[in-house]
Amino acid sequence: MQQLENLYRQIIMDHYKNPRHKGLIDSDRYRTHHIKNPSCGDDITVQSAVKDGIVKDVRHDGSGCSICCSSASVLATLMIGQNIDSAQKLTDNYLNMIMNRPVDENLDLEDALAYQGVKQFPARIKCATIAWKAFEQTLKEWSDNDE
Amino acid sequence: MDAHKLKQCFPILTSQPLIYLDTAASSLTPKRVIATMNEYYTEYPVNVHRGVYQISYKATERYTAARQTIADFINADYEETVFTRGASSALNLIATSYGLNNLTANDEIIVSELEHHSHILPWQQVAKKTGAKLIYVPLNSEGRITTENFKKVLSDQTKVVALTYISNVMGYQTPLEEIIPLAHQKNAIVSVDAAQAAPHKTIDVKKLNCDFLAFSGHKMLGPTGIGILYGKRELLDKLEPVEFGGDMNDQVNLYDAVWKETPYKFETGTPPIAEAIGLAEAVRFLQELDPEAILNHEIALKQKAVEALIKLEGVTVYNPTSETGIIAFNLDGVHPHDAVSFFDQENIALRAGHHCAQLIIQWLKVPATLRASFYAYNTHEDVDTFIEVVKKARDFFTSVGF
Repeated sequence: MQQLENLYRQIIMDHYKNPRHKGLIDSDRYRTHHIKNPSCGDDITVQSAVKDGIVKDVRHDGSGCSICCSSASVLATLMIGQNIDSAQKLTDNYLNMIMNRPVDENLDLEDALAYQGVKQFPARIKCATIAWKAFEQTLKEWSDNDE
Repeated sequence: MDAHKLKQCFPILTSQPLIYLDTAASSLTPKRVIATMNEYYTEYPVNVHRGVYQISYKATERYTAARQTIADFINADYEETVFTRGASSALNLIATSYGLNNLTANDEIIVSELEHHSHILPWQQVAKKTGAKLIYVPLNSEGRITTENFKKVLSDQTKVVALTYISNVMGYQTPLEEIIPLAHQKNAIVSVDAAQAAPHKTIDVKKLNCDFLAFSGHKMLGPTGIGILYGKRELLDKLEPVEFGGDMNDQVNLYDAVWKETPYKFETGTPPIAEAIGLAEAVRFLQELDPEAILNHEIALKQKAVEALIKLEGVTVYNPTSETGIIAFNLDGVHPHDAVSFFDQENIALRAGHHCAQLIIQWLKVPATLRASFYAYNTHEDVDTFIEVVKKARDFFTSVGF
């Protein structure tokens, strides 16, 4: 269990220290959503670019705690290349996992599995979900506007 | 004061291991306050000012006596003591009613970056709606409001001075005894946010000579959902209510109505009866403990903690000279929300974030801070444990690569 925790800790720290796909892109190929948690100061903007039903790119930027910032990086890594339908399913699955609701074991959350420990810290659920909720909003815009 | 003995008066401190260092957000509730509120709900759980049966009479009597107890506590008159939902709604009432009805584009409102959002946003709204100018007292290098700096912004245009008595992030006390007479020389009125002062400071509104003052029950051993607006009688007499409805009127006609006298004209609807009675019990408890003794105790704890913290590498304290039990600090390179989970696991309750005071957090040029606030029920052992956990937390976050 300790090892498991260490592994997860490494994933989170790795993405916190070396965030992937960080930095926003000013282009109409992207849909952008910003969420701020004013009580703790987490402030995240997530972008997604979708073409032919496939998530071509995900970008993120902002400031916050390690859980919040690293999860944005993990999110981007996981989502690029998914089709919209599985991107939404993975998002649902992740949010269910964090909130301790039933999950679909067949879906592979990859590095995002590291965040299952967050449910032991209910006060941090917001930190772990803010980027994913922002991403979900961008997906919604794609489905509203383009399909 | 025997803090060990005092812990026994708080059910939450006897039912689980907890070092509670977040009193600046909300104090814990003593048994006797809970018992007093239970007694209301068990023995006379009915409305006030309405029924003419025995238990309603009893409720009215207790509710009335509660207001008198609280008025005496701050040396105000009964009519000057208005029940509100909390300090926030009291401060909003002042700004909305006094501010919107008295200010114009030629006027200035002096505020500070130390204010809680509840004392800045209402005046920001007044400024937007009336065109009056918001003027910030420049803080000194420590982040304090000083009389010298106040003089620099006080002008013939100053109409309102809205300042905190004690900062909820830095723990500094504002020199209101000097500032208020200066403001009055310019015929400005002074609104005081005393939410952080009431738990450990004897407030004498007559001696202070403030025009308005507000505080909350839940920060001073009382219940949530209740606070006090104090206003000078002549000001309250002229002040228009901002909420209208049952119980606040004397006469209702088709196209107009007549209000009751203060404090009742500001209190429409069924009031927080249990909370008022509970707050009065909290006030009696505070008086028995003696606010001076509480303050001395918490300063001793804070001092001990600060002396240990400033010797630690990797820890920054932002307010080492504060004159209350509040410490604003950070573990270097660790976001306060990451840090606070570590403390939580060790059963230490700290606050992390903006503390509803984003202006001072911006002034400090940090994303957020940790805040420890000591109170009457904290012991020297609590400080020792706290310092040990600070070291453990710092070492843990270093070890995982922060």
